[in-house]
Amino acid sequence: MRKISAPRVLPESLPFWQAADEGRYLVKKCQRCGQVHHYPRDICPFCLSADTVWQDSPGTGVVYSFSTMGKDDAAYTMAYVTLDEGITVMTNLVNCDPQKVNIGQKVRVVFQPTEGGHAVPMFTPV
Amino acid sequence: MSLNGKACIVGAYEHPTRLAENLSVVRLHADVAKGALEDAGLTKNDIDGYFCAGDAPGLGATTMAEYLGLKLRHVDSTECGGSAPILHVAHAAEAIASGRCSIALITLAGRPRAQMMAAQAAAQEGRPGKSPLSLKPPDPDAPELAFELPYGPATQNLYALVAKRHMHEFGTTSEQLAWIKVAASHHAQHNVNAMLRNLVTVEEVVNSPMVSDPLHRLDCCVMSDGGGALIVARPEVARELSRKNGRPLVMVRGTGEAPKHGMGGQIDLTYSAAAFSGPVAFSEAGITPADIQYASLYDSFTITVLMQLEDLGFCKKGEGGKFVMDGNLISGVGKLPFNTDGGGLCNNHPANRGGVTKVIEAVRQLRGEAHPLVQVPNCTLALANGIGGALASRHTAGTLILERV
Repeated sequence: MRKISAPRVLPESLPFWQAADEGRYLVKKCQRCGQVHHYPRDICPFCLSADTVWQDSPGTGVVYSFSTMGKDDAAYTMAYVTLDEGITVMTNLVNCDPQKVNIGQKVRVVFQPTEGGHAVPMFTPV
Repeated sequence: MSLNGKACIVGAYEHPTRLAENLSVVRLHADVAKGALEDAGLTKNDIDGYFCAGDAPGLGATTMAEYLGLKLRHVDSTECGGSAPILHVAHAAEAIASGRCSIALITLAGRPRAQMMAAQAAAQEGRPGKSPLSLKPPDPDAPELAFELPYGPATQNLYALVAKRHMHEFGTTSEQLAWIKVAASHHAQHNVNAMLRNLVTVEEVVNSPMVSDPLHRLDCCVMSDGGGALIVARPEVARELSRKNGRPLVMVRGTGEAPKHGMGGQIDLTYSAAAFSGPVAFSEAGITPADIQYASLYDSFTITVLMQLEDLGFCKKGEGGKFVMDGNLISGVGKLPFNTDGGGLCNNHPANRGGVTKVIEAVRQLRGEAHPLVQVPNCTLALANGIGGALASRHTAGTLILERV
């Protein structure tokens, strides 16, 4: 199995990772312009407002693109998944045969343990 | 300020080595600096501006100025990965136009191949080695790090994601991408310094081992050591040199630069930053893509070339696959000869950065000094484009249009 490195977390994204440890997916939304952004930051990248808040997400979306690299046990599938909130996030597709996945495939979040750190969200077909 | 006509490239040199086991990074930078000075007919005392990116060791421009004994009044260390030297040419033209310097030296060099071999040898003996593909260790302060590194981003899969999406949106095929490698191999066969001189076929490319689907091994550039240097000068200086050496002037006509990034999660992999940098450069030059007779296109992977062809306007968005088929990029065969030195795909990708070699081959074409079997007849307008960083996450494009006058 591929070892997943623990995320190196900055203070402004700590709540995301604490929620991930509890099996919850959070997105960051700007109270001023109303847009959800990713990766989550204190300052909205669309309007530079600091009035951003965490919001629970169902963690469902569709595959935007994906690619499998590596052989046998070391193989892993890098992907971009577009969440229902409209943001596209870098992730891995797990618990599936990537040969049977297509762009547009519906997926949901699953949380994977890492090497001595916070759990990381990955996605699996539904 | 328009940079059209404000500066000329008067010196260009590519290091002949592809494996620098016993040459340091600083020595490679010095070798290419000497080569470019000799090519231009200048001495180091003529240089008053110096440009380098993150591949220069130590304090970068300061370390290089010290090693080479340069007395400078202008330095620029713009770092954006492999496209940096293309931006450096534009920045040098800008500095020259505003009187900050008269003759600027640009160097790029590195030895990732030797480092990789040393790392592999070390691994066999159980010792730690330096990872050759990373430009530098991940910066723990980088805000995206936590949201990317756990997923295993590698250069290969960050380009594969773009190729997969392009195939989905536009019906592009692996065979079409393979034509880009085939064209590069047709050119590389004539380059005695090229790492891969064998002609390859579409079948050989699509049957080579899968690296990160849909990209095969032969969709990827080589890993090589070496480097290259350029000298950019005021037009008056260039004319004087031209009178002495009988070479044509290679004039800067158009420049453009732009980053593209994650856009707050509004990811769209169907275009690259060249869609921003290209129109700016064409506008400055006052020409259209149809006027370009030779193009140096950044070829970290075959898909990188395809994206630039579309984004720079050589064909419509989504039609790159059809455009590259049947040898359309092969000199003497197709409509748009590209990377006639064999490019990064076959010739050289020194320091994992292909920007300087792109400009060097464009200069060779405009001077009429490319290999006779790939020389574009009467080449007067050429383009060099770079994509530095990763196509699927964040990168900076630089576009340069040059004219022989």
